[in-house]
Amino acid sequence: MTATITDKRVLMKGNYAIANAAVLAGCQCYFGYPITPQSEIGEFMSGKMQELGRAYVSAESELAAINMTIGACSTGVKAMTSSSSCAVSLMQEGLSYATSDQLPVVLVSVMRGGPGLGNIYPSQGDYFQATRGGGNGDYKLIVLAPSTVQECADLTYKAFYLAQKYRNPTVLLADGLLGQMMEPVEFKEYPYPEIDNSQWKLSGAKGRDARIIRSYAPLADNQCVFLEKLFEKYRTIEENETEWEEIGTEDADIVLVSFGSTSRNVKTAAKICRQNGMKVGVLRPITLFPFPTKRLQELSQKVKMFISVEVNMGQMVQDVRLAVNGKVPVELIHKGVGTPPSPEEIVKQIEELI
Amino acid sequence: MATQVFKIPDSFKKDAKYTFCPGCDHGVAVRLVGECLSELGLTENTIAACSIGCSVTIYDFLNVDSLEAPHGRALAEATGIKRACPDKFVFTYQGDGDFASIGLAESMHAALRGEKISAICINNTTYGMTGGQLGPTTLLGQVTTTSPTGRNLEYYGYPIKIAEHIALCDGTAFSARVSLDSVPNIRKAKQAIKKAFEVQMKGLGFGFVEILSSCPTNWRMTPEKAHERVRDEMMQIFKPGIYKDITKDFSNEN
Repeated sequence: MTATITDKRVLMKGNYAIANAAVLAGCQCYFGYPITPQSEIGEFMSGKMQELGRAYVSAESELAAINMTIGACSTGVKAMTSSSSCAVSLMQEGLSYATSDQLPVVLVSVMRGGPGLGNIYPSQGDYFQATRGGGNGDYKLIVLAPSTVQECADLTYKAFYLAQKYRNPTVLLADGLLGQMMEPVEFKEYPYPEIDNSQWKLSGAKGRDARIIRSYAPLADNQCVFLEKLFEKYRTIEENETEWEEIGTEDADIVLVSFGSTSRNVKTAAKICRQNGMKVGVLRPITLFPFPTKRLQELSQKVKMFISVEVNMGQMVQDVRLAVNGKVPVELIHKGVGTPPSPEEIVKQIEELI
Repeated sequence: MATQVFKIPDSFKKDAKYTFCPGCDHGVAVRLVGECLSELGLTENTIAACSIGCSVTIYDFLNVDSLEAPHGRALAEATGIKRACPDKFVFTYQGDGDFASIGLAESMHAALRGEKISAICINNTTYGMTGGQLGPTTLLGQVTTTSPTGRNLEYYGYPIKIAEHIALCDGTAFSARVSLDSVPNIRKAKQAIKKAFEVQMKGLGFGFVEILSSCPTNWRMTPEKAHERVRDEMMQIFKPGIYKDITKDFSNEN
């Protein structure tokens, strides 16, 4: 596997596409610890980063990996770590600190089954872990959810950009299916502008006062003011960066809401429904935070029912319900863990719900 | 002609207020670290990783760029800093609970990887900031707020000898234990800190100094009695000395 910019499409696993895109995005440091189903990312990085004279550390734990990433990010370089589910749990402390430190940490989270060790099959069971977080205090992570291997690459670029732009940890939330499957993918040049970080990065206090990046009361005694500022940033992110895909919602009676790998079968299911004479559309959130709350509110004025389709016990459905706020019914089609339900299964369950 | 015999090192902030408890050895240790940074000309090229405990406040005293790490994670964050910026001088300033209990994995692996980082660990046999609980270095028999009848083997096991453990790591270039109980020992402590800094500057590996320190507040002692305890109890178990110095293998140096 090599990292290259090419106008030709190449067949590649999702995990390799993520790693390749990270290298092309200018990631200078990778820190990680192996866990299925994302180990290919670290394997790829171990060779590539050394070849390019960049930093790779085989960390002693995910605790260490996330904190190494924080350390590297504090100096203004692009840095990342990657992991999966039960091991992302170990990173929650660091993610909470990184929001308070306002550091552009990039985490690739390739979901597997849970809780606990769960299993190594694909899952969307960490929607809450990513969007709510297990760390302490009031904070948000920017969360991007790819649904194809091409998007694994494109959203890796975007994760680095948004993390830098807003100085906030950003999660690329993939799953075992996306990580392990092969699809054609094309690597373009990193399409985003580089963000100036000269005003905050640690580089040695030469010709200026020393800088402290701290999580303990960053604004001295006024933690309330700091939290208000942090959440002002999150409101800006909601206004500027909310991204989603819509198919056939113009005249839809039913809108299926689904993210990531599951949304692929959901789109096919919607097509089958259309062929059967049912007016069914799809809304696929691409950013999970910020969540397309406003768009769901708009749609709830004319849609008769929303159905959230997920591979977990029903997590994103709660955000859909918060957005719709009781205007119309919000139902759930789900499977606990594993490959997404087939289009036929989804259609059958839609028919049972209406 | 007047001779200047005392000055504030350039690594110190001019408006810093002394915030440690009266008689605490942190003040002396921070001063020594600052003097070494200044004398080696490192102040403007340094990034420090400070983690939680009384030690974290070093960033209030020193005029160096600092990253505040979570409890125990200073050497992981320092690793990230050093790998991102190999030309910067990077050091950690940590307590014994931070370095040798919650952060033991980070500490040992930074040493095993031979990270070009210098680590200073203050060993005062207790958790100071939280009010004097039993820590990884609490001596057998020592009474703390969480060992009310004294540390016994049945409940608590043994204290860790940090400098010896770090010396066993192949990536360690220098490991020493020093004490701040007397002027001669303070001088030795400064030499050790300087050495731990120099092995990083020469790219030889991990530099480490464990500093035996008093904690009069939590030990419920006067500063003088606290230093007697450092001598009579701590130094008997935690023996000062240089446990590893790979520069000694280079006959042309020093």
